[in-house]
Amino acid sequence: MARSVSRSTKRRSSALAAAALAVLALAVGAFAQSRDPAYAAARSAGQVGELMNGYLAVTGAGTAELRRMVDDINIRRKAVYAEKAQAQHATVEEYAFTSGCVLILHTEPGEKYQAPNGGWQTRTSQPPTRDPRCP
Amino acid sequence: MRQRTKPNPIRELTYPAATATPPSMTGFRDGYAAAQAGRLEALWRGWRGAVLVVAIVGAGASALTGCISVATPDKPIVIELNINIKQEVIYRLAADAGKTIDTNKDIF
Repeated sequence: MARSVSRSTKRRSSALAAAALAVLALAVGAFAQSRDPAYAAARSAGQVGELMNGYLAVTGAGTAELRRMVDDINIRRKAVYAEKAQAQHATVEEYAFTSGCVLILHTEPGEKYQAPNGGWQTRTSQPPTRDPRCP
Repeated sequence: MRQRTKPNPIRELTYPAATATPPSMTGFRDGYAAAQAGRLEALWRGWRGAVLVVAIVGAGASALTGCISVATPDKPIVIELNINIKQEVIYRLAADAGKTIDTNKDIF
């Protein structure tokens, strides 16, 4: 009798643990909203910059690892752009360009962005120089 | 009416009949004509500035029209409609793009 009670308690506790794990996984999923440390570091070091077209690029010579990371992020960005552009009845390029406007505006001082002349600029405390079409 | 000694082309152009001769030079005119000429002369004095400005503006305008009709561009005129369309689209998408960026912070 005691054994069966203990077993049922054990079962209940394991179910509880599973539920907790599920909640945790969900929470992690929802909060997987911060940059990878390597990406964050490359951004603030100015090794990668925001392009006007809404994608990332390596600003200097870069390393193979850095380029792989940038490519990976850009592929994921494009997937998001494509999905959202379809919902908005716009082209992927239009949606990506608009995002580029916003992303350049959101750069922090020290980060690099592409100026309308095509060259890299380092963001200061001043507003960035953006394409005249940007809102 | 052609007694004046010096021709004045501007007056000739503006008031061909009456103001061509100032009243000081019309000793032999009858009263009515002299009075009429005096009135017109006074009018002319008052409006001279304005008339000159109008003349100059007119000349400038005609010169400009001349430039436009004469000077033909050596390159074809390209109206970049794409820019306008794009800006319109960008303004429409901006809010949604901002939201998308906020909800995908790991890749932006």
